[in-house]
Amino acid sequence: MKKILAVDDSASMRQMVGFTLKKAGFEVVEAKDGSEALGIAKQQSFDAVISDVNMPVMDGITLIKELRTLPSYKFTPLLMLTTESGLDKKTEGKAAGATGWIVKPFNPDQLLAVLKKVIR
Amino acid sequence: MSIDLSQFFEVFFEESLEGLDAMEAELLNLDPGNEDMETINTIFRAAHSIKGGSGTFGFTSVSDFTHVLETLLDQIRDGQRALTAEHVNLLLKSVDCLRGMLAALQSEQEPDLTEADEIRKRFEVILGFSEDTNSCNSDIEETKSENTYQIDFKPHPHLFKTGNEPLYMISELAELGELETQAFYDALPDIDSLHSEECFLAWRFFLTTTKPESAISEIFEWVEDDADIDIVLCGGLFESDLSDDENNTHQTPVLATNEIQAERPVSETQASAPITINTSAVKKAEPKKSSDSSVTSIRVGIDKVDSLINMVGELVITQAMLSQIGEQEITESTITALQEGLAQLAHNTRDLQENVMRIRMLPISFVFSRFPRLVRDTSQKLNKQVELKLLGEQTELDKTVMEKISDPMVHLVRNSLDHGLETPEQRVASGKDPVGTVTLNAFHQGGNIVIEIMDDGQGLNTEKIRDKAIANGLIQDTDELSSDEINELIFMPGFSTADEVSDISGRGVGMDVVRRNIQALNGSVEVASAPGVGSTFTIRLPLTLAILDGQLVKVAQHTYIIPLISIVESLQIDISKVSRVGKDLDVLRLRDEYIPILRLYDIFNHGGAIEELDKTLLVVVESDNHKVGLLVDDLLAQQQVVIKSLEANYQKVDGISGATILGDGRVSLIIDISGLIKLSGLKRPGSQDLIVEQNAVGGAA
Repeated sequence: MKKILAVDDSASMRQMVGFTLKKAGFEVVEAKDGSEALGIAKQQSFDAVISDVNMPVMDGITLIKELRTLPSYKFTPLLMLTTESGLDKKTEGKAAGATGWIVKPFNPDQLLAVLKKVIR
Repeated sequence: MSIDLSQFFEVFFEESLEGLDAMEAELLNLDPGNEDMETINTIFRAAHSIKGGSGTFGFTSVSDFTHVLETLLDQIRDGQRALTAEHVNLLLKSVDCLRGMLAALQSEQEPDLTEADEIRKRFEVILGFSEDTNSCNSDIEETKSENTYQIDFKPHPHLFKTGNEPLYMISELAELGELETQAFYDALPDIDSLHSEECFLAWRFFLTTTKPESAISEIFEWVEDDADIDIVLCGGLFESDLSDDENNTHQTPVLATNEIQAERPVSETQASAPITINTSAVKKAEPKKSSDSSVTSIRVGIDKVDSLINMVGELVITQAMLSQIGEQEITESTITALQEGLAQLAHNTRDLQENVMRIRMLPISFVFSRFPRLVRDTSQKLNKQVELKLLGEQTELDKTVMEKISDPMVHLVRNSLDHGLETPEQRVASGKDPVGTVTLNAFHQGGNIVIEIMDDGQGLNTEKIRDKAIANGLIQDTDELSSDEINELIFMPGFSTADEVSDISGRGVGMDVVRRNIQALNGSVEVASAPGVGSTFTIRLPLTLAILDGQLVKVAQHTYIIPLISIVESLQIDISKVSRVGKDLDVLRLRDEYIPILRLYDIFNHGGAIEELDKTLLVVVESDNHKVGLLVDDLLAQQQVVIKSLEANYQKVDGISGATILGDGRVSLIIDISGLIKLSGLKRPGSQDLIVEQNAVGGAA
């Protein structure tokens, strides 16, 4: 079973993403900020990471930057959840090593469709 | 896949309301022109999360509204715009407005958008443009005609390191239509310099599809900067030349761009269609959520849950131990073991009880946090300078008690601001700091929580209160009252100190209502005041409503419970100090007071109780600031009792506030003191008649 790390400071978004992915047959681990996610990512391996950008303690861009430096996350798909206004965030995210992005708001079907680009 | 999004609504509302609280608190911390970046960030994040969530869950009115807030905050965050006091005020207004919108949505109503639109317009004026909030999210729509595209895809060597996978992109392309693939491996270096982590391959695809070009470019959206991508429309004309040399394909773009431009508006208008369909589907799903919107949840720290699990574990061990003893033959040693086991069980149960209660406990900061805003707004309105100090914010209190204490506290704080504190000029004139101080303090004392509301204002004006009380007929002008007794008068029904009703504290709610609300929580409120120094209101509340410290008393063959908090003293009656008033009311002279004696057996219609006053006991209780004596046969144990609702299990009974189950399995009723007094036919304590009656007795004795 493919394993995904879902990172968002908003509990409702985290639940929605987690629920959708689990229903689609993925194993999901949730984290509430970048720092918690990084700690988890160092202890377990994941097939993909989906992270919000704006979060307290450690934001999504920093998380992606940190993850990319880890040998086990060299090729792992790292996706950011951004809002449409965050165009420069996309560039910033790409520079940090993000694989791609999912634009908020999205519905469960859109999430799964996008995920198919990097994990099957 | 269909997922019912409504299951996440409750969490969304809860976290959004929390986010708004955080926003409000941080906004009040802001000092325009000297703002802290982390504070701005926190405010931004709250707005951002609400926008993201509301958009996702289909609350477009909320997400549209939050969008302007977010834009402004983003500009401030990036240093493009300086924060002004006007921004802060407007943002605070938005917080209120969003609260209203969320509350409406939570109860499944359409929010009233008039205020939101007005605030939004003001934001747009600040932002200097009217922003188009339509998000153009691209869902792929079928176009009528079928086209063939040539796609050249040459990834840069580092492509794999972005986490993208060409194979998946190719299979996505294949899903769009009929796909023909050519791979180029000429860039592949010889085996020595071949780096396994880099990409040296390139592809050319011919895709025949009914989808628009945007569907193709979307597949490559993430790798635009990590690969050379060239998508051109071949058109039907060139179909025969497709597999030919490259010269042909170089000519095609000229034709292609025209057609693409013609196509674009169509695809864009169509693109927005699926979004609106989605939102309406979500809205339709909402009413199904029915009544559970009233179910509130509570956030519990994981440590509290862990310690509960731990204790249940111990309980199970004790139970196992006891049942093992039960299987053995009864000898003296097993009896000792049994006693030890039972002691252990009692210990476990008590721990468990305490910890379950802790789950309902929240820090009082939940209530305190609304006061900075209240004080700010009110003091602005009154032109007073006020500093608010909050102490003991971490003091924990039962959630239900907390919800009910909030309004009385608001009233008391408003009162302090309006009547207590003087204007800056008055303060300077009397040699005080022009800035007045209001302090909220909370702490635990015994099994109670004490909340103090202190101000360093002018104190209560005893002269004025006395005059007012005489004018209202509450006291007579011959009555000698100490200043404390005069201060107590403000809690009397029908008493208001304000000469004219102001919109700050005179809202038709008097201090008597404050006191009654607090007493309904089994609590009390007192005032202490010194002229020119200030006043302190002290609220005392039980930590929880679910458990009560009770005094068990015997009336005939029945056991009743009197809340310990209302008991002043218990005594044997000195028959010589009892006088009879009217037909059947006995009063006891106790020191300087006359205590009416209520015979419980009479009120509850029990036969067989002791009727001779000198053979019984009198429990003196206080309610609504007046004392009565309850006649009981005997005092039994004092214990904590768990309150069971009579209304939920039977029906409301006058004079009884609830029931509990005793150790021997019998049901015992808990006496509601103020209800009992009403039931007994005595006039409501605090009303003029009772005082007059008591005074008359005083004269007679």
